[in-house]
Amino acid sequence: MALPAARARGWAAAVKMAQRRRHAEAPRGSPSRAPPGSRAALYVHWPYCEKRCSYCNFNKYIPRGVEEAAMRSCLVTEAQTLLRLSGVQRVESVFFGGGTPSLASPNTVAAVLEAVDQISHLPADSEVTLEANPTSAPGSRLAAFGAAGVNRLSIGLQSLDDTELQLLGRTHSARDALQTLAEARRLFPGRVSVDLMLGLPAQQVQRGALPAPDPELAAEMYQEGRAMLREVGFRQYEVSNFARNGALSTHNWTYWQCGQYLGVGPGAHGRFVPQGAGGHTREARIQTLEPDNWMKEVMLFGHGTRRRVPLGQLELLEEVLAMGLRTDVGITHQHWQQFEPQLSLWDVFGASQEVKALLAQGLLLLDHRGLRCSWEGLAVLDSLLLTLLPRLQEAWQQRTPSPVQGG
Amino acid sequence: MWAPMGRGRWHGCALTVWATAAAHRGILEPRPMPTRGAAAKSRSQDRLYSSADRKEKIDMSRFSVENIRNFSIIAHVDHGKSTLADRLLELTGTIDKTKNNKQVLDKLQVERERGITVKAQTASLFYNYEGKQYLLNLIDTPGHVDFSYEVSRSLSACQGVLLVVDANEGIQAQTVANFFLAFEAQLSVIPVINKIDLKNADPERVEKQIEKVFDIPTDECIKISAKLGTNVERVLQAVIERIPPPKVHRKNPLKALVFDSTFDQYRGVIANVALFDGVVSKGDKIVSAHTKKIYEVNEVGVLNPNEQPTHKLYAGQVGYLIAGMKDVTEAQIGDTLYLHKQPVEPLPGFKSAKPMVFAGMYPIDQSEYNNLKSAVEKLTINDSSVTVHRDSSLALGAGWRLGFLGLLHMEVFNQRLEQEYNASVILTTPTVPYKAVLSSAKLIKARRAVQKNMVYIDQNRVMLKYLFPLNEIVVDFYDSLKSLSSGYASFDYEDAGYQTAELVKMDILLNGNLVEELVTIVHKDKAHSVGKAICERLKDSLPRQLFEIAIQAAIGSKIIARETVKAYRKNVLAKCYGGDITRKMKLLKRQAEGKKKLRKIGNIEVPKDAFIKVLRTQPDNDGRRNRSNVTGI
Repeated sequence: MALPAARARGWAAAVKMAQRRRHAEAPRGSPSRAPPGSRAALYVHWPYCEKRCSYCNFNKYIPRGVEEAAMRSCLVTEAQTLLRLSGVQRVESVFFGGGTPSLASPNTVAAVLEAVDQISHLPADSEVTLEANPTSAPGSRLAAFGAAGVNRLSIGLQSLDDTELQLLGRTHSARDALQTLAEARRLFPGRVSVDLMLGLPAQQVQRGALPAPDPELAAEMYQEGRAMLREVGFRQYEVSNFARNGALSTHNWTYWQCGQYLGVGPGAHGRFVPQGAGGHTREARIQTLEPDNWMKEVMLFGHGTRRRVPLGQLELLEEVLAMGLRTDVGITHQHWQQFEPQLSLWDVFGASQEVKALLAQGLLLLDHRGLRCSWEGLAVLDSLLLTLLPRLQEAWQQRTPSPVQGG
Repeated sequence: MWAPMGRGRWHGCALTVWATAAAHRGILEPRPMPTRGAAAKSRSQDRLYSSADRKEKIDMSRFSVENIRNFSIIAHVDHGKSTLADRLLELTGTIDKTKNNKQVLDKLQVERERGITVKAQTASLFYNYEGKQYLLNLIDTPGHVDFSYEVSRSLSACQGVLLVVDANEGIQAQTVANFFLAFEAQLSVIPVINKIDLKNADPERVEKQIEKVFDIPTDECIKISAKLGTNVERVLQAVIERIPPPKVHRKNPLKALVFDSTFDQYRGVIANVALFDGVVSKGDKIVSAHTKKIYEVNEVGVLNPNEQPTHKLYAGQVGYLIAGMKDVTEAQIGDTLYLHKQPVEPLPGFKSAKPMVFAGMYPIDQSEYNNLKSAVEKLTINDSSVTVHRDSSLALGAGWRLGFLGLLHMEVFNQRLEQEYNASVILTTPTVPYKAVLSSAKLIKARRAVQKNMVYIDQNRVMLKYLFPLNEIVVDFYDSLKSLSSGYASFDYEDAGYQTAELVKMDILLNGNLVEELVTIVHKDKAHSVGKAICERLKDSLPRQLFEIAIQAAIGSKIIARETVKAYRKNVLAKCYGGDITRKMKLLKRQAEGKKKLRKIGNIEVPKDAFIKVLRTQPDNDGRRNRSNVTGI
């Protein structure tokens, strides 16, 4: 694969410029202090895969020859449209997911990044992640993606057992995986993450469908796994995310902190306030699913947004609660106040008997820092939320005289 | 679900209403609940317009008594009553001949879903035979043993019956039971052997069975295939030839039997009547023999099978009557109606149905009490075999103790509450009535079955009669019988009075908290096995919670069985990124909504269907979804 020299140079130039800008801006404050409405994360969906994996229910297609140039131009166009619409000044992370985005050419990645930097600002230290599959990403390709602006890799390892990999319908072997991992670590030191699956069925599998994982066994593997990772210095910063040496994924963190994110590409989801169009309400947006239709729409209208659902204040708070508690820091009082200045976490949860029972059971913590799960509580968060969400609704309704506003 | 009934026009109207409602909700996805509402709406609209849109009224005077036949179809479950009824309706031009006519008379959603008839339905058929126009009134009846009360009521309006027997299965328990109902009512019985098109059909064997058991000559049997329409014309001819016209007089003062009634929210009570004497028309002042209240008749008509207004109804005819009865208690089934100032000797009426299974019924939320109350009242007027007594429970608040004819009857009632009135309830353990003798602290009931009688129907089939304690059969006897006999055995029962037995009260505890709904009276010798079974089944139907749950069965302070539900260890969804949030929130909210409906015992959350599941021996995997197993008693 030829290196997209011109674009890479363009991007490299941009990086240098950005670096200079960052230095100039530094005295005025760190990037994360920018007003929340003016920044966002960007997700870019590459919808194609080499073949279908037996477990995957993502929006992906097995192409009969991808018109990459057309796809590239549509991704660029949609990114431009949505960035303008959002009025976002600064993109703090970009995530190329899929599908198998490592099947796209580094050219495409570079083109999107360049467009992002043109419309809003993509600082040089922004996290730019690419999902890569071991077979589609030999070392030279990974280096090319690095030159295109990618600075973090998320590798779909899934398993290091060949039988399991076969069962999952993966195209790579454990050896391929380890080799890719080694290459990735060499090229992106300290900025590589891997996906692993647990609760996989043992080898006796009927042809066709995979049996559902045994919940008891999966629970045990989860507990054992997280305990082991803790021992070797990994921080469990979210339900299923672990990092060493502070290498958290900024992009995913934005999701759990209910920051703004734009979704570009077929079936991509976004959540942002369309400030560029004079909007004041956060919207949940979904792009058209099928790549062909999505491309037609992008060519016609500049974007393929299929659905826009305005999120009410209560809905937003529900998301802040459900997503925030997935992280190890949970919801700090400060974080909560950004979304709801009137009603504190104490107001909502402090007096509830049911919540007190969860605190007494040691599953939940509510203290001067905020609300968060204990180590044990994190594993049963979905049960805790069934108590916390109705409590939040109740507190909200008592606070707001007109339920209409609760949305 | 009402579309196949040939009233697409009004169905379409209801659908439009629904579509608009959906549009108002905008981008949100349609939720399942309003669909039910739409169904209810379409039903009431059917009702509202079905008669109003047909201005042309039939003159019923041209059907003199000798040209009228009133008959029922009776049969064991699944032997083809409703299919035969569909064909008769088609043959007489009552409904169009299309492929969609399936269970036309089964109007209730529950009937269509389960493929059974629950409520008797009436249809007037007009049929030309040898140059004469006949009026044939057909009353389709339920086949399940739980609903035999409906059958006996329907028969009181008839002079003859079609006894339908499956050419493959032959005589079954309900064939016998229904035959004797007709026989005791001194009705003409026309045996019809159905499903002769089946590969394994053996009509000759069935003929011999009929001769042996019912003493009806083999040459009187009509062999048909209702599905294909083979020989169905013969059935109509036999109805005319072999069933006598009603013995009634048009000249006498009006004497009408209320044999069924339905409640319509727009028009009040619609009474199904059979005229034994006289004439009734719009504007007549009529009196109920039961309440002595006077009403003015607003509308009379025939059912074909929808209400079709006529000028008058004459002696011998069967139809409906609307007379401004507003209260559900005003139209007593079995009541006699006569003209004001022309009193007649009331008809004997019916002995009321004897409930066999009892259940406590409570609203999930006490604020729903009044809605549920009116739903129960409206349903019970359509199903007067349900007995209703007010009851209250410490745990569940105000509710009722309802008596049903059987377990299926109870399930159907519950399902109709949900489907037709959108009411959700908590049903507690069905119990059978016991009489307690306090001095000796002994309750009266026998434990073991005693054989009373045995008759060989033919080489392949034997009829056994046993005396059983009712509590042995209401819950699981039928399932066991079916599985032991690979589905061949069938079963019927009647009440044989009270017998003496030694019984104890068994409590079920969840982490030490008494579950009132599951308190069981059980025979001393069976306490251990029953307690163990209840604990095991409860274990299967209780969802895991954040703590361990001990399920115990206890007699007094003695624990006789225990099961444990382990605490949740992990239930958090592993992956949740940008594209998962909407789905995840939706799921959480649905679960939180569902959690509100759970019943709390101590701090344990129990789904309301857990109790019903506990009562069943085998859960859903035993083929309960299979139609023949659900309904084949």
